[in-house]
Amino acid sequence: MEPILEISGLTKTYAGGFTALQGVDLTINKGEIFALLGPNGAGKTTLIGAVCGLVRPSSGTMRVFGEDITRNWRSLRARIGLVPQELATDMFETVLHTVNYSRGLFGLAPDPARIEEILRALSLWDKRKAQIRALSGGMKRRVLIAKALAHEPDLLFLDEPTAGVDVELRRDMWAQIAKLRDRGTTIILTTHYIEEAEEMADRVGIIQAGSIRMVEETRSLMKRLGRTEAHIGLVTPLACIPEVLAGYNLSLAQGGHELLYRGGDGYGGGKAEVAQLTKDLVANGIDYTSIDIRESSLEDIFVDLLEGAAA
Amino acid sequence: MIAFNARSTWTIYKREVLRALRTAMQSILAPVLTTVLYFIVFGAAIGSKMDSGMAGVNYGAFIVPGLLLLTLLSESTSNGSFGIYMPRFTGAIYELLSAPVGVAETLIGFVGAAATKSLILAAIILITATFFVDYTIAHPFYALGFILLVSASFSLLGFILGIWADSFEKLGIVPVLFMVPLTFLGGTFYSIDLLPEPWRSVAMANPVVYLVNGLRWCFYGSSDFPIGLSLGMTLGFLVLCVAIVAWIFRTGWRLRA
Repeated sequence: MEPILEISGLTKTYAGGFTALQGVDLTINKGEIFALLGPNGAGKTTLIGAVCGLVRPSSGTMRVFGEDITRNWRSLRARIGLVPQELATDMFETVLHTVNYSRGLFGLAPDPARIEEILRALSLWDKRKAQIRALSGGMKRRVLIAKALAHEPDLLFLDEPTAGVDVELRRDMWAQIAKLRDRGTTIILTTHYIEEAEEMADRVGIIQAGSIRMVEETRSLMKRLGRTEAHIGLVTPLACIPEVLAGYNLSLAQGGHELLYRGGDGYGGGKAEVAQLTKDLVANGIDYTSIDIRESSLEDIFVDLLEGAAA
Repeated sequence: MIAFNARSTWTIYKREVLRALRTAMQSILAPVLTTVLYFIVFGAAIGSKMDSGMAGVNYGAFIVPGLLLLTLLSESTSNGSFGIYMPRFTGAIYELLSAPVGVAETLIGFVGAAATKSLILAAIILITATFFVDYTIAHPFYALGFILLVSASFSLLGFILGIWADSFEKLGIVPVLFMVPLTFLGGTFYSIDLLPEPWRSVAMANPVVYLVNGLRWCFYGSSDFPIGLSLGMTLGFLVLCVAIVAWIFRTGWRLRA
């Protein structure tokens, strides 16, 4: 895999003494979607800001496209796009004007066809002559994405790209982001919607208190830490787990009225075991009234990891 | 080789000029109206009663350079400061900071646009003045150069203010508390020679005195000080402002966290 961003020993201590980043090491590969997860104040935005030139790091190195960004910032920044967390733009400008401005600011010649393509892809073409202040929150956010795409970046940072966006639009944006990746853009996103990371990211990194706690492929993380959980409502309460069911990871809940199964790999492996369990229950005369099965989400894993780190 | 991104510069410049045109009522009409009022009160009303004029020039004509400068200083400062303060205030500055543009592109874009607006204003004011007083411009090319220099210098000062200010109150405080008094006490409406000592010597410490005198020389060929001194002071101020802005960009003061 070809690294597109290599961060080493990155530290940022603000003037007030708050250390937002503590020796962050992180490598992002070309063409991947990387989700950076972490609670509020973990350092996600500071990390993005440091790469994009908004934050001056206290120490550490950042290499983008194989070059030191502090030395070759001009040529490297021209290949990086940023969608900020806040809806920060001149609200009195029209959509078309602000997107054209972004392209020019990054040193590219006007390209009406390309801008039209971007605006159409983000369903903004019909609103191109509208002032940004007249748009809905979701549309404003898409304008910021259009601005970031106007100079056709190879590396795109999306800081909470779907914050405050309704479910339908969020799925639309996921589709847009997936298309970008298909075109070869490397994407680093931070999000509070962990479902978003689970849905889109090839890898996830968890940052807490300015340190990267873990970086892993989403799929292998789910497989390693994901679980199937089944709640089986019993007709007759049990006092203990019967010997014949000792092979399953079971516990009793609700005063023995519920049999609780935990197992599998978060990717459906537990479901087969639950199916076999129900057969064994029937075979051993243990009747049940309900079965509620759910796969643990990345969110569950994320919370578990953070709680584990805090403990 | 010094890297310079001409397209980025042009993009910033064009946007800032368009922004000024979007608010033409506030940015062009208002200062023109204010200047017209000055001409009516000081030029036509009071000036008509001053038979001897001022420094050998009809009083109405005498105040034209001073009034022009009054508008140039306040508008250049205001345009320069708002241009950079607003993106800081709204957060839109992120785009500029993450773009491949440096101090030169940013300065030429923002300050150039602010200075352009000031030049447009200057032209409108000079045309307007012809309706109220008869005046001549003895050295038109020097006048143009001087107006350019003053516009650029004070747009730069405004740019520094826009970076320094962290509230609208601070943004307005420097023009009101410092610029207006310095301009009024800088010989806008009178010759500095009329002041008795020690006030004349005190006035010499006011940098605006040299600007007013420089512009007055361009108009009428005479002033309280040599034109070289006025030019030197203005150039020195310009260089100082550029140095401060360069330092701001190098350290990221008030721009980068």
